[in-house]
Order: sequence, then structure tokens, then C-alpha cells
Amino acid sequence: MIEIDNISKKYQTIPVLKNVKAIIPQGGITAIIGPNGAGKSTLLSIISRLLLADEGQVKVHNMDVVNTPSDKLATYLSVLRQENRFTSRLTVFELVGFGRYPYSKGRLNKDDLVYINRALEFLNLTEYKDRFLDELSGGQRQRAYVAMVLCQDTEYVLLDEPLNNLDMKHAVAMMKQLRRAANELGKTIVIVIHDINFASVYSDYILAMKDGQLVYQGSPKQIMDSKILEEIFDTPVKIENIHNQNIAIYY
Amino acid sequence: MTKTVYFIAGISLLIAMAALSLFIGAGHVTLADLWSDSNMRQIFLVSRVPRTVALLLAGSAMSVAGLIMQLLTQNRFVEPSLVGTTQSASLGLLVMMVFAPGATVMTKMVVASLFAMAGTMLFMFISRKIIFKSALMVPLIGIMLGAVISAICTFFAMYFDLLQSLGGWESGDFSGILQGRYELLWLVGGITLLACWSADRFTVAGLGRDFSVNVGLNYNRVMLTGLIVIALIGGIVVVVVGVLPFLGLIVPNIVSLLFGDNVRKTIPWICLLGSGLVLLCDIIGRVIRYPFEIPVSVILGVVGAVIFLVLLSKKRHAG
Repeated sequence: MIEIDNISKKYQTIPVLKNVKAIIPQGGITAIIGPNGAGKSTLLSIISRLLLADEGQVKVHNMDVVNTPSDKLATYLSVLRQENRFTSRLTVFELVGFGRYPYSKGRLNKDDLVYINRALEFLNLTEYKDRFLDELSGGQRQRAYVAMVLCQDTEYVLLDEPLNNLDMKHAVAMMKQLRRAANELGKTIVIVIHDINFASVYSDYILAMKDGQLVYQGSPKQIMDSKILEEIFDTPVKIENIHNQNIAIYY
Repeated sequence: MTKTVYFIAGISLLIAMAALSLFIGAGHVTLADLWSDSNMRQIFLVSRVPRTVALLLAGSAMSVAGLIMQLLTQNRFVEPSLVGTTQSASLGLLVMMVFAPGATVMTKMVVASLFAMAGTMLFMFISRKIIFKSALMVPLIGIMLGAVISAICTFFAMYFDLLQSLGGWESGDFSGILQGRYELLWLVGGITLLACWSADRFTVAGLGRDFSVNVGLNYNRVMLTGLIVIALIGGIVVVVVGVLPFLGLIVPNIVSLLFGDNVRKTIPWICLLGSGLVLLCDIIGRVIRYPFEIPVSVILGVVGAVIFLVLLSKKRHAG
């Protein structure tokens, strides 16, 4: 369980988060949705201690993210930011291997190799494992980053726009893999996502943000409502039930 | 497997060059002389051996310092002699020449290293404060900072009539290396080993702050460690040898292109290539106008600039 208690954050004088209060349930996939500039990524960064909040407290698995030693937290929580531009040249295997850093501090043992190979397989990267990251397509690279985070094998996995750079096929495959990680490995996955239909189909819980505030939270069935979505996104939205899934039509 | 073979080949080549370096110079020394002539043995032990050891130590250390700086700034185009580290060390040296000319080499080295650290920190601070649109802005800012510090240095050197001694200190030259005047470089060797030992930490830090925090690395501590390593290496090498231009720039870039950036795997290569390059340039400098010598910094400047231009054009094709 992730408890977000009254989080506020300003960039210089501009408030980006205002008293956000929420509980992200244990297990399953929680999607954070909202228009550009709603504060989704900032919230994710604060939950994962990449950014300090001005006010409030976040607890992951009952641990305060600011006071808990960072290396201990790294075995409970992993995070992938939206932009990952590395100047370093690492192979896919080496990058994914650094997911084991919290456990082995760089000196990989047999157990680590099992985790690395499993993560590579999970994201269909085994054949690319000896390629350098700068020799991969954008989609392959994105999958390598996610593999690295999964290799960290934490109970909580936070991903900012994991579908970035992925085409239709790979976006669906990624969501299915995350679904599998939640179902089979029992992980709690939190994603920031732009495509609300992906959120509707694949997530268990949705947090909707606007102007730095949490405006709605609930199951996809509750949130996928034309009135609610129109209010959040300021644009006409129709909800159609297709194959028993609520799909937003806004094109 | 093949990499191991190449590495062994590289080591053998380095040993061959080191052996060559032992027997090249104004005083003609042969193996037979060493055996029979005690004067020759004297030259050999007082001058040739220290010089060769100094070349190996300084070459690998400056390359490692360049690598660490590139990782910590996440920028491929920086190195200590480009962004103000060595210029600051020179300034420290000048301050010592003015205020405490009789100080021991050890004190001078400490002061030079402290100045180097302050200069490097200033560079890191500025490069973080400004949001850059292009990766090339970072080294440009560094070059500007280096030029400013260098100008301050020149101004005071002129004022105190020390311009010539400053020039003598600054130009990287191994001809003055004698027994008793190079031993501080062993310290640099130790620091380089320390850097090798923390290789994984530097690799992770090179992937950025967010990545480091995610895997639980104490990012600020690694930054500080790196800064100290860069400043000590930069400061000591300037005091003992002088400036070795381009070395920290080209060696890590070549190794990165060939073998990537997993520092634990690449750092032996960086030491090998760095010491090999300096050794080669020094040998060229000793042979080209025999029996006179051309300072290694001159040769290195020419060779380095050419290699750097080739690397730049390669990068453009790759990117």
C-alpha cells in the first residue's frame, strides 16, 4: 500500500501539487491519468523519492520515503522516469544487470543472473542482450528500461509513460506483460499513462488528476464516465461499451 | 575471450614500449653497460626508470580522471585540462610560488589539488545551473571558465615576473623527472586503483541522478568522491609533470566506442591506452630531434587533436 498524505509541491512560485491525498491499494495496476501539466509525473517522482515534496508525507509499505535509507527502499520500490537519455554505452544485459545493484552492488552472483535472464525473457529481449543501447530502436530501448526495473524485483514498480516510443503491437504487449507481472508475480504497479483506453482496459484502479489536485479516484468502471472525463480533460468524450470494455471516443 | 587476447597483446606492446623508453635518450645506455658500468647504472636508475614509471602512472591516471569527469557530467566532451581543473591547479601553484616559494613539493601539491577541486566544483556548479540545449554547451562553458582562470594566472604571473617559470611548470614534460622528484605520482597510482575499485558506482552515477537514486546509490557521495579523485589526480600531475592535453578526452572516448561504458570492464583498457599513448608520444618527442627533446604536451596536443577530430566525425555518422 502506498499512502500519499497531503503532498504539496511548488516549482519556484507555481504550485504543481496541492494537498494531494490518496491511497494506492496493494497489488494490481493503478493508473494515474490527467491532462498535461496536471502534476502526474511530479507525484510519481515524489512517491519514488526522486523529488522532495514541500509538504506532506509519502509512505510505501509503511516506510517514509524520505527517511528510509535509500538502498533499503531500492529493494521495495523501483521507478522508471519518462526521459531516459544515457550518454553511457551499455549493453542491454549490462543495463538490466544494474537492476540488481541494490542487492549485489555490481558484483553479480548466480541468483542475479537468473533474475536478469528472466527479465530479458519477460520482455523478449534475449536475442538483443549483447547489443549496445544506442544500437536499438526506440521501442526496444524502452523495453530494456522496463526489463531493468523488473529485474530490480521490487514489490512496487512505478512507471512514467511506459508506452512511450512503443507502436501498437508493442504497447499492447507491454501492458499485457505488466498485467502478468501484477497477476503472476503479485507486484503493485503504478503507471502514469496518457491513453485513457489503455487505463480503462488494463488497470484496476485509476487516480485522475487536474491542476495539481486529485479530482477523482475509483475503479475504471467508475472513472470511465463521459461527464467525469469531460471535466478532467476539457474536451467532449463519449463512452462506448465494446466487447465489455468501456472505451472513450474523443477523436 | 578475444578481448582477453587483445588485452594481453596490448600489455605486451606496452611493456615493449616501456623497455624502449628505458633505453632512449641523450645518454646512450645499453644492457651491457648496465651490467659493467656503474655510471650508466646510475643514469638508468636516477633518470630512465623514474621517467618511464612516471609516464605510465600519469598517463593512466589522467585518462581515468577524464573518464570520471565524463561520467559525472554525463558529457563526452569534457576532461580536466579542458574545463578549468588543471588551470586552477596552475593558479594554486602560482600562489605558492608567490607566497611560499620555499614550500615542499608536498605542500605545493596539496594546495594545487585544493585549487583544482575548487575550479572543478565551480565548473560542475555552473554546468548544472544552466539548462543546455546542446551537449556541446557544457565543454564550451568549461573552456570559457578554463580561459578565465588561465587569464588570471597569466596576469599575476606577469605582475610577479613569473611568466617563464609558470610556462615551464605548465607544459607537460617528463624530461625533468628524476629520482626524488616523481614519487608523488605513486600516490596518483593509488588513487587510480581506488577509482577502479569504485568502478560500478561511477557507472551507475554516469546513468544520471534518477537512475542512481532508484537503485539506492548515494549519488551525492559518489559525486564528491569523483570530484576529489579528479582534483587530486589533476593537481598532482600538474605539479609533477605539467598539463597533458587531450589525454582525458580521447582515451575514454576511444574505449567507449570499442567496448562501451561498463567501467569495471573498461577501466583496465583506459589505463592501458592512456599510459601507452603518453609513452608513445614521449618516445616520439625524444627521438624526433635527437639529442634534443620536444615536450610530450606538444606531441600529445598534435596527436590528440587529430584523433579527436576523427572521433567527432565518427560520432556524427553514428548519431
